[in-house]
Amino acid sequence: MPAHDVLIIGAGLAGQRAALAAADAGASVAILSKVHPVRSHSVAAAGGINAAINPDDDWRSHAFDTVKGSDYLGDQDAIEIMCSEAPGEIMHLEHIGVTFHRNDTGHLDLRAFGGASMKRTAYVADITGQAILHVLYEQLMKYSDRVDRYEEWFNTSLLKDDSGRCVGCVARNIRTGEMRTFNAKSTILATGGVGQAFKPTTNGLICTGDGMSLAYRAGARLMDMEMIQYHPTTMTANGFLITEGARGEGAHLLNAAGERFMEKDAPNKMELASRDVVSRAEQREINEGRGTGPLKDSVLLDVTVVPKNRVLEALREIVNLGRDFAGIDITKEPIPVRPGQHYTMGGVKTDVNGETDVPGLYAAGEVACVSVHGGNRLGANSLLDTLIFGKRSGQHAAAVAGEMQMPKVSDAQLRDDTRHIQDIINRPKTGRRISEIKEELGVSMNQYCAVFRDEEGMTKGKEIVTRLQEEAKTAYIDDAGTVFNQDVLGALELGFMLDCSEAIVTAALERKESRGAHSRTDYTERNDEDWLFHLTVSQDGEGADAPAKLDKAPITFTQWEPMERTY
Amino acid sequence: MSTTESTPNTTEEPWHGGAEGLESFTLRLRRYDPESGKAPYFEEFVVEMEPHRSVLDAILTAKNDEDGSIGIRCSCRAAICGSCGTRINDKPGLACHTHLSDALARSKDGKITVEPMGNMPVIKDLIVDMDAVHWKKQQRVTPWLLPAEPLPEKEHIVPREAMVDVTQSMACIQCGACVSDCLSMEVDPLFIGPAALAKAYRFVGDPRDDKHAQRLDDLANDPHGIYDCTHCFKCIEACPKGVAPMNQIMRLRRIASADHSIEDVNDGSRHEHALVNHVKKWGTLNEAQLVPDSKGGKFHPRTAKEMVASLSVIATALLRRKVTPKSALIHHKNPNQSEIKRIYQEIGAREERLELNLYITQPDEPEAPDDQDASHEAQVKTTGDQSAVNKPVTNREA
Ligand SMILES: Cc1cc2nc3c(=O)[nH]c(=O)nc-3n(C[C@H](O)[C@H](O)[C@H](O)COP(=O)(O)OP(=O)(O)OC[C@H]3O[C@@H](n4cnc5c(N)ncnc54)[C@H](O)[C@@H]3O)c2cc1C
Ligand code: SF4
Ligand code: SF4
Ligand code: FES
Repeated sequence: MPAHDVLIIGAGLAGQRAALAAADAGASVAILSKVHPVRSHSVAAAGGINAAINPDDDWRSHAFDTVKGSDYLGDQDAIEIMCSEAPGEIMHLEHIGVTFHRNDTGHLDLRAFGGASMKRTAYVADITGQAILHVLYEQLMKYSDRVDRYEEWFNTSLLKDDSGRCVGCVARNIRTGEMRTFNAKSTILATGGVGQAFKPTTNGLICTGDGMSLAYRAGARLMDMEMIQYHPTTMTANGFLITEGARGEGAHLLNAAGERFMEKDAPNKMELASRDVVSRAEQREINEGRGTGPLKDSVLLDVTVVPKNRVLEALREIVNLGRDFAGIDITKEPIPVRPGQHYTMGGVKTDVNGETDVPGLYAAGEVACVSVHGGNRLGANSLLDTLIFGKRSGQHAAAVAGEMQMPKVSDAQLRDDTRHIQDIINRPKTGRRISEIKEELGVSMNQYCAVFRDEEGMTKGKEIVTRLQEEAKTAYIDDAGTVFNQDVLGALELGFMLDCSEAIVTAALERKESRGAHSRTDYTERNDEDWLFHLTVSQDGEGADAPAKLDKAPITFTQWEPMERTY
Repeated sequence: MSTTESTPNTTEEPWHGGAEGLESFTLRLRRYDPESGKAPYFEEFVVEMEPHRSVLDAILTAKNDEDGSIGIRCSCRAAICGSCGTRINDKPGLACHTHLSDALARSKDGKITVEPMGNMPVIKDLIVDMDAVHWKKQQRVTPWLLPAEPLPEKEHIVPREAMVDVTQSMACIQCGACVSDCLSMEVDPLFIGPAALAKAYRFVGDPRDDKHAQRLDDLANDPHGIYDCTHCFKCIEACPKGVAPMNQIMRLRRIASADHSIEDVNDGSRHEHALVNHVKKWGTLNEAQLVPDSKGGKFHPRTAKEMVASLSVIATALLRRKVTPKSALIHHKNPNQSEIKRIYQEIGAREERLELNLYITQPDEPEAPDDQDASHEAQVKTTGDQSAVNKPVTNREA
């Protein structure tokens, strides 16, 4: 049985950064991922990463912008840590090889991004996530004697010992079907978000909320789950993302009448207001009949106002996306876009070292909720979040591991998981198909938990989720094999997504105000008097059927009192 | 699918989710179940979709609606994660980056045939073992930055163009499409190959790396290194991200021989010089004379050995009709001698070698030409300027 000081589940930016930090601190490390690490969805991050590295900038300004962006739901101690450590982290990335774009003096170049009071987004063309992810993987290859990589291994359960400490996990080797118990002193979840519970989404097919659900089942609290980010510029044709970097480079948003409607909502920042603000404005234009396209369900993103050379140099990826996936040359004509599901602000509740409610279990990256994003994440703050808290989790876990013995672990869960998988394979073909349930879930979540929400819709959404949870128990699959049985993994992922969806609608129904991305048409105002706290969701009791339980958690304030938010 | 081919006609209405007509497409998937004990076979699925949707969308529709056991790696659906490398109607590429209409246009039998990538062992259906080949080769080129110590306190100060330049190799998503059909790798499985050598350029082109000479020395002297590439253009054609691996290999060669004067044991650099001299002298390559010239003359003892060793490559080239027996034996002089002389003089007079690439654009870009299906090969070959090789056609069309 593999046994390591630190076991990391997930090999996106958060996971790889945690692995490298833990290895640097001298720990023995294993990193496990259901896809090859460079396929992790961090690869899709386009626009860049924030840090106050301009000499005229100050991390406090970055922190304030983040607090304001969060609609005062973010924890200010965590935000201060993230923003003050940001410049050092960018330099570290530069040193290990990230090919950040330079300015004419050869220093790091910075671009404008939404909700930021100055240019502070470092970038590599519009492939920033890919560039960082691949460079971290280069480092993992470099440290292959110190970090064991388990690529294409699917985590099915977390393990706890009698004292309630997390002592590792059970995983399935996707290539062979072999089930194995992994023993570890500390386990770090870095499994990313749950975009696939929505359709359409900018997230890849692998973003199914596995870690959130696994931690929830292990007794950890999820926090801020009602806060789902809809990105203002996703292509109407297919839901793919057009990076905020496009607006950062100067692109405009227009309605059917050709008006820059952001003038009404954010006279100063215009298209570069916070994402929640821009998405609401677009949705309003569409709802009030000023949308474009055959279904009048889009607004136009006009990149033609950006100099063509700059577009080809710094936004090449979206030129290709427009051309290959929407049939549009964005250097010549505007492209139809609309708000689309993009990011899970909520996740497994952690402290600033990544520790969750379950001893020995950490979480970092999109799976976690520290909470640095609160009600609304600023563009280019997520990559930063993954790296800073990935690093801190890795370091903390390694330090703890140095002071303890390898905990004992039993094989009971391994047997349970093996049996569960066999049960799914053996199900008679009488229920629904997994893909059908997933489709209905995605469409429903996107209908009832989108940019604008209300009691009636969310109640319907919740009923649907509950029904789908029932139906999932008898849903069948076709593949009975052991080698690359993606079908059975799809069934497990559906279970994870349903857990997360339940948490999302439950929290969203509860919060009776409008804050950040949670915008209710029946409670249109922010209400600091009654709702200035986090909502957490945990499992009430043991077992798969245990209902969701809501609680409050305080917000940490350090220096910024809630104010009205204008852009 | 090459980027050029995917270029849709932008004068049409933009695609709008769900607003177009559906058409019927027949997928012919190569199936292989290692547990069944049965040989690979083809299975057909019919799907109804809009023609601009991707081959991956069609496969996933078949998987969701009909047979969940179809094996294919995928995640992003947008040509970013590099998971879905396959061969579609005999051409390597990403399933998510190939429109059904384009795939059908190249089909001989009205069906869209999808197979696993070549040069790598198949695990199941469309899934290949990339670790065994692709990733092993990546590991071969010391794929991490080796900067000078001590590190600067802040960032390295480097020219803007240098970072933009390596971004082209950095754009590689490690999909393996170039490896799938690399001609040299078919003949010599030990060849380091296009993707890994493009990765190598990412460090050799990076001014922050302190081991350029060692890296180049290593890659030039490895018999399966930079001189093992036969310029077949297949990797350029296959690459969905415009990395143009062959061009990066040629740049490695030029830097190795011109900037670092590395005379490798494979006679690769001498071969390069012979090549340049041939074009200068005759306007084209004199294949019959090339090997002896590369070896230091017809009567050099190494020549005979090399001629024998080249036979398999020559045979493969003949088989694939890359060269006809006639053209291999009889040598013609390129008629436009003065033009060639002019090009040589012009390039020779330049102070710096121009290394144009995808991300570097010129201020006075010409407008997109009307016929966009001229292949890389055609454009590159008619241009005598070596630096033009580094300028993919996508520059002009975008
Ligand atoms: C299109 C797009 C563009 C974006 N652009 C930006 C941007 O410009 N700037 C920015 O700051 N943010 C951006 N973001 C957000 C940011 O990319 C993500 O939030 C961030 O990369 C998440 O990283 P992660 O490491 O937490 O998770 P991921 O990168 O999603 O990695 C998750 C990992 O967990 C593994 N995993 C999951 N489940 C299991 C399991 N059951 N067993 C084993 N392994 C498992 C996966 O294999 C994967 O390795 C963007 C997001 C998208 C979708
Ligand atoms: S050009 Fe060279 S590297 Fe590229 S496919 Fe042909 S032989 Fe392989
Ligand atoms: S060079 Fe191109 S084809 Fe080859 S692995 Fe990289 S992205 Fe794929
Ligand atoms: S699915 Fe990501 S590249 Fe095709």
